[in-house]
Amino acid sequence: MSMSIRKVSRRDFVRITSAASAGLILGVSLEAKTPPKKKAAEPVARDLGTFVQVGDDGFVTVWVSKSDMGQGVRTSLPMMVAEELDADWKKVRIRQAHFDKKFGRMGTGGSSSVRSMWKPMREAGATARAMLVSAAAAKLAVPADSLTVSEGVITHAPSGRKVTFGEIAAEAGKVEVPKEVKLKDPKAFKLIGKKTDRLDNRDIVTGKATYGIDVRVPGMLYAVVKRSPAFGGRVASLDDKKARAVPGVKDVVPIMAIGTDLPWNGIGVVADSTWAAMKGRDALDVKWEPGVAVFESTDSMRKQMEDAVAETGKRIVDIGNVETATISAAQKVEAVYELPFLAHATMEPMNATVSVTADGAEVWAPTQFPDWANGAVAEALKLKPEQVKVNVTMLGGGFGRKANPDFVLEAALLSKAVGAPVHVQWTREDDMQHDYYRPASRHRAVAALDPDGRLIAWQHRFAAPSIETYFNPKADKPHESESGGLEDMPYSVPNLRIEFTPIASAVPRGWWRSVEHSINSFVINSFLDEVAHAAGKDPIEYQLSMLTAGRRIEGEGRAKDYPFEIDRLRRVIEVARDRSGWGKRLAEGRGRGFAAQRSFFSYAAQVADVSVGNDGAIKVDRIVCVIDCGTPVNPDGIAAQVEGGVAYGLTAALHGEITTAAGAVQQSNFHDYPLLRMSEMPVIEVHIIPSTALPTGTGEPSLPPTAPAVANAIFAASGKRVRRLPMKLT
Amino acid sequence: MPEMKLTVNGKPRAVSASPDTPLLWVLRDDLGLTGTKFGCGMGLCGACTVLANGEAIRSCSTTISDVKGKKITTIEGLSPNGDHPLQKAWMVENVAQCGYCQTGQIMAAAALLTKKPEPSDEDIDSAMDGNVCRCGTYLRIRKAIHRAAEEA
Repeated sequence: MSMSIRKVSRRDFVRITSAASAGLILGVSLEAKTPPKKKAAEPVARDLGTFVQVGDDGFVTVWVSKSDMGQGVRTSLPMMVAEELDADWKKVRIRQAHFDKKFGRMGTGGSSSVRSMWKPMREAGATARAMLVSAAAAKLAVPADSLTVSEGVITHAPSGRKVTFGEIAAEAGKVEVPKEVKLKDPKAFKLIGKKTDRLDNRDIVTGKATYGIDVRVPGMLYAVVKRSPAFGGRVASLDDKKARAVPGVKDVVPIMAIGTDLPWNGIGVVADSTWAAMKGRDALDVKWEPGVAVFESTDSMRKQMEDAVAETGKRIVDIGNVETATISAAQKVEAVYELPFLAHATMEPMNATVSVTADGAEVWAPTQFPDWANGAVAEALKLKPEQVKVNVTMLGGGFGRKANPDFVLEAALLSKAVGAPVHVQWTREDDMQHDYYRPASRHRAVAALDPDGRLIAWQHRFAAPSIETYFNPKADKPHESESGGLEDMPYSVPNLRIEFTPIASAVPRGWWRSVEHSINSFVINSFLDEVAHAAGKDPIEYQLSMLTAGRRIEGEGRAKDYPFEIDRLRRVIEVARDRSGWGKRLAEGRGRGFAAQRSFFSYAAQVADVSVGNDGAIKVDRIVCVIDCGTPVNPDGIAAQVEGGVAYGLTAALHGEITTAAGAVQQSNFHDYPLLRMSEMPVIEVHIIPSTALPTGTGEPSLPPTAPAVANAIFAASGKRVRRLPMKLT
Repeated sequence: MPEMKLTVNGKPRAVSASPDTPLLWVLRDDLGLTGTKFGCGMGLCGACTVLANGEAIRSCSTTISDVKGKKITTIEGLSPNGDHPLQKAWMVENVAQCGYCQTGQIMAAAALLTKKPEPSDEDIDSAMDGNVCRCGTYLRIRKAIHRAAEEA
């Protein structure tokens, strides 16, 4: 069968640039709100700083340097620019930035986009505004400070003369980019803080939005990869005769693992369609040498973790003297919690398209970290980073999984091997069984109470195959990605000791929505609920009694501007209490539970209402969510993130569990790794605390309180304490 | 490879593909209709939902020979200008987060509204429970379906 160029939709190829000797390189330009194409000459756009272009048609184009996996940054970041620019929002459009150092750090994770881009995006808008105003002042021969700007029109009030952005764009492009600009007083904000519709809405509902899976490049071949079922396994023998005989199959190419960037040895089957590649893969006759992971299973890991928390671990917090305090205690509470590995299960399975030519490589991928993909591909192909162009597409979910460059590397290696652009497509089974999983963990907590029920000592031991030790096996200290939320807990506990033991495992680990907080919040909030009940106190009042009013815990590094303000945590708890009807009696079989956690510099509290059936069936009826994420940029977008975080947290609470046997994952698709469905979705009430503080994360902070709030509600409803996820009462 | 004739979005289309090819991959790879998404390949998530003679089907687990003679409608053919009441309601409610599953959600909802122009919450849950949204947009999907039903 001859190689053919497939007929594809042209809409993906908005921008075409020619490369010196490699023919055509096509870039997917993710433009939203594209105005109808005019027959007349194309509008000319001028760069006004790094992030903003203004066209002579009056349209403002904002480069979005962060990946949008559903969190809405392709709307919230341009809002910040438009606010300072005083642009006409209806004339703002966006372009997804390809990897370029000029855009700064592009990696998207840790609920950091709005927080980290708050200053640069506002400055970008103010810079462009200053350049437009300066050009208009020259044109009108008036002082710049006599001009006002509103909705893309610059006005000289004394004379009534007006200049539009479009009319002055060409002159503004010649103005020197100012080094310093003044930002607006937040009181003057017109756009920030207002419900703003997502710019991608129309493209999404018409099927025109371009995700990684939708990239089409002329001459592109489709590939699927058969990977070792056991982690770290290698090909023992391969017979690809039958696979090569499948109509449409072009080549069969072994892929060698590259450390943690590409942990899977595999066999790529390259074909002229996805289906042919899949059939070819099914026809491979391959035997695997499983490696040491074959001795690992969920049971063996549980045993390791049980042993670990029975003994002393690496001490990471030691305040006061827990032994002395515990000996003299009036009451002791002890509990063990266990959480499983979890898969991310983005709706768009991993995929990437790479074209390797004599000059370099071009990548189109749904990646959270184009920076990482750039470096990994350059290293794997022995290219200079500047020879690797990385285009970021829309992401059909990310949740941390699409940070890693493994799927991009597969496409790069296959493209190089076959000499054509290759789109690697993962199936759901590939995705479920070759993830960087949220770590499993086990926690043992012992509390000592004084005669008044006050918590005077807390001994905490936990064990996990940590994220840090996956990427850096020699790490001897626990990292924030396992201890966050625990070691910096805000509660006043006079004697506190926290110990950690890393567990060896071949299972790859990674960053899963809210990372360590998805684990530690469950443990902390469940345990405090247990302790409150043991003390005969109301769980909310008990937590509040341990949060010292007025206290601030200063941070370092990137946390420097974001001290832990205890009063903000108290406030979200109080609002959740007051809005949820906390304390009111519920019908038999129903219960109300509470949890709160600060994560990613935002403060969140939730109250869950749960019904427990006589058969042990758990139904989550309602969750009241309160979030303080500083200045709310797009409140409706924040509400959406809270709803989504709760749903993601509920899947983990009620369903999610990845188990292993013989070093391989046992789940494969949504029948054995079910996700929350519509009929299970509770009523969600979101309350956003009004604030003028620096904006902080919203994508992740709403997740950590969900599972413990539900577990505590189950206890209130049934008297049964859930200490292991996913929750099972039968 | 045999030539198969299909009717997609009102137009006759001929494709060269083996009869056991899932409709999904013919739509995406051969016809360039990439609005229909791949999620699970087993009919478990609904991301690939299209209409066959107005009924919602999972195109990932329906072969092209299964749909011989049937009229296939994809998201690209749901309305001429993206102005189907469901599409408009989806935009007003800002349903989408990542948006990946939403074309399948809209097609499933379109089949529901044809059968039940004024669905209850229970009708919606029962019709939409096969469509998974990992971003958790379910509450807004339900609202958008009610809105579309009111406006249609």
